Amino acid sequence: MIVEIGHFALILSLAVALVQTIVPFWGARCGDERLMGTAVPAALVQLALLAVSFAALTWAYVVSDFSVANVVANSHSAKPLIYRISGVWGNHEGSMLLWVLMLALFGAAVAAFGTNLPLRLKADVLAVQASVAVAFAVFILTTSNPFERLASPPFEGRGLNPILQDPALAFHPPFLYAGYVGLSIAFSFAVAALVQGRTDAAWARWVRPWTLAAWMCLTLGISMGSWWAYYELGWGGWWFWDPVENASFMPWLAATALLHSAIVMEKREALKVWTILLAILAFSLSLMGAFLVRSGVLSSVHAFAVDPARGVFILGILVLFVGGSLSLFAWRMSALRQGGLFAPISREGSLVLNNVLLSVACGTVLFGTLYPLLAEAFGYKLSVGAPYYNMTFVPLMLPLLMALPLGPFLAWKRGDLHGATQRLMVAGLLALVAAVATVAVVHRGPWLAPFAIALGVWVMAGAVLEIAWRARFGEVAIAIAARRLTGLPRSMMGTAVAHFGVGMMVVGIAATSAYRAEHMLIMKPGETVAFSGYELKLAGVSARRGPNYNEQFGSFEVTRDGKQVALLEPSKRMYVAPRQATSEAGIHVAWHGDLYTVLGDAQPDGTGHAIRLYYNPLVRLIWLGAVVMFVGGGLSLTDRRLRVGAPRRSRRLPADLVPAE
Amino acid sequence: MTRKQRRAILIGGSVGTLAIASLLVLFALRDTIVFFHTPSDVAEKKIAAGQRFRLGGLVAEGSVKRGQGTRVEFAVTDTIGTVRVSYQGVLPDLFREGQGVVAEGQLDAAGLFRADTVLAKHDETYMPPEVAKSLKEKGVKLGAGAKHPGATAGEAGKAVRQ
Repeated sequence: MIVEIGHFALILSLAVALVQTIVPFWGARCGDERLMGTAVPAALVQLALLAVSFAALTWAYVVSDFSVANVVANSHSAKPLIYRISGVWGNHEGSMLLWVLMLALFGAAVAAFGTNLPLRLKADVLAVQASVAVAFAVFILTTSNPFERLASPPFEGRGLNPILQDPALAFHPPFLYAGYVGLSIAFSFAVAALVQGRTDAAWARWVRPWTLAAWMCLTLGISMGSWWAYYELGWGGWWFWDPVENASFMPWLAATALLHSAIVMEKREALKVWTILLAILAFSLSLMGAFLVRSGVLSSVHAFAVDPARGVFILGILVLFVGGSLSLFAWRMSALRQGGLFAPISREGSLVLNNVLLSVACGTVLFGTLYPLLAEAFGYKLSVGAPYYNMTFVPLMLPLLMALPLGPFLAWKRGDLHGATQRLMVAGLLALVAAVATVAVVHRGPWLAPFAIALGVWVMAGAVLEIAWRARFGEVAIAIAARRLTGLPRSMMGTAVAHFGVGMMVVGIAATSAYRAEHMLIMKPGETVAFSGYELKLAGVSARRGPNYNEQFGSFEVTRDGKQVALLEPSKRMYVAPRQATSEAGIHVAWHGDLYTVLGDAQPDGTGHAIRLYYNPLVRLIWLGAVVMFVGGGLSLTDRRLRVGAPRRSRRLPADLVPAE
Repeated sequence: MTRKQRRAILIGGSVGTLAIASLLVLFALRDTIVFFHTPSDVAEKKIAAGQRFRLGGLVAEGSVKRGQGTRVEFAVTDTIGTVRVSYQGVLPDLFREGQGVVAEGQLDAAGLFRADTVLAKHDETYMPPEVAKSLKEKGVKLGAGAKHPGATAGEAGKAVRQ
């Protein structure tokens, strides 16, 4: 019964979304305030219905209702509760339901918090948002209904793929979807602006917090996925350049570009056309990601259930929304008035550079991801892997990172590059020291690596220097500077913190990629091996039972400088349902890097085990950097001027402080 | 600077970046692309020793031989052709006889495929699409192990009851 209620609520939400698409839009055209006013309650009701629907499916998973086909295919009664719940979105149907729930959530958030939006804009935005929800609700109901019942229910489910039974992965999809779908708000705002033929600084101010929230979720979602892949797949790597990873990375790049171009639009009314286009493209890339993941056109390690009918349907949605919005864009582009002038060397100029590099880099990733499809059309089967991206994406990031710290030091309209470089002298020195220190500590590795580490330090130091400069440390008394520091706008702090996170990530990526050590060997119990400054003694290999698996685990006593630092237990697990083997890595975390151990197969004569050891220096900085970026975004989001629905700022700034952003 | 000049700088810079990126892409495509072949392709197309490619197919039943140390030998087949593969390393968890596999490496002079990477997928019922498609083109019937997880609800119920 509860399952049927969920199904029914989903159908009702489709009806509500349909009303929300048509009525407010029509109202906005004929200027009827009552019709436009229906958008807000419709958005809230749509959210409520989808919440009921999602809760019903979750209920079916929690109580293991095996009369529901989706639960049978993806759950098992022996699974721990958290994985029964995460199983809801661990499959195609459930994840699509989560997708529309997120769409409704963002729409309702605009309805509820966008109290300072003009009525007409709000009506159009919510109508466009609802039209996306209509498309996906129809998709779910016709091709991937999670509420389908079985005529003869089995006693037990088939279980969730065991490698998905993991805490990081339980929360990876919700964040990722919040990010993907959050970009739909920017898209809806862009389409509404095109329909009305009007954009201004206020438009950018309304769009930015939503884009920022989506970007934060994407950042966290992608890094969670990367972290999971690192410790769960027993491979020791953190990024595969797999098509599905790229599918999440491209919207991130576009969203990052959009965040920066929206600043220019908000402050200087320039780059309007570009910002609108970027808002459309960012969400289009999200939709394309959904298509790539679910249609099975590309070979990927993350494949959802592959069904051509679904692929065609999503392709239809993709063509409709991307084609429709781009046509609208081409038609209405000329209606958008161009704004402020600026010199190439200026804050605007630096943000344009950011946009050009990010979008071109996004283009190279797009090309690499789709090239195998293109080649297949001509009868070739091939794969594009990490070497391609190292040759294309990485060189484009280098100038971006070099220019990054300079941007915030340049003034709007016309900047002083010489002054900016002088103020960054300390950062340059620190970067130089980092490069020299890297060479001194490790002699091996590619020549580019010390340079890349210096680049990361340059970005981090630049972020700190910017804040110090704004607070006038060194110019005025420390106490005054400290007071100024607390008075700085949150968005300025947020920018600096996020940029600092980027620097951390760059250092982590460079150190891990260039200086990781790998060793593969056969070990018998009692044997000791020296590796990357550690001594590992294999005490023994034994077996034990977990809640829904049996495992064989090796016990390593890890010592460093004669002191025992860790007991690592890498294991090979065999899950009960579905019967599938997984490896659990044993990882020892130290400030300088991770010691990563994997237990391999036993030798044919039974006297030893294959063991893989990795040492990944500073690898944690990659995910820590992402978390710092998330925090920076959050700081920026709490800025009074950006807060959605906040009244005009009333707090007075310290006298001589100009708002920089 | 006039508005026109500023615009020229903006457009010139963007086009320049795009041109550089295109060059990078072209070079990368020339040097980094890895082709995918099935075992019968290897025989038909007479792929030269030393050329890097991806070999995909099924792990032949009874072909896996583990040597002492971390060396493993197995055969990849599409039931028409078979190529022997030698791999130094720890095989992925989902590597099994009769299952789909993709190995990357090169042939040596004796026709042995020396793999440096062996990929198996996250899900054991999942078959890499290139493998599935190639095998289908060659008229190979896929066994139960190759069934996609996209089975319909009815099939799912059946699979559980069996």
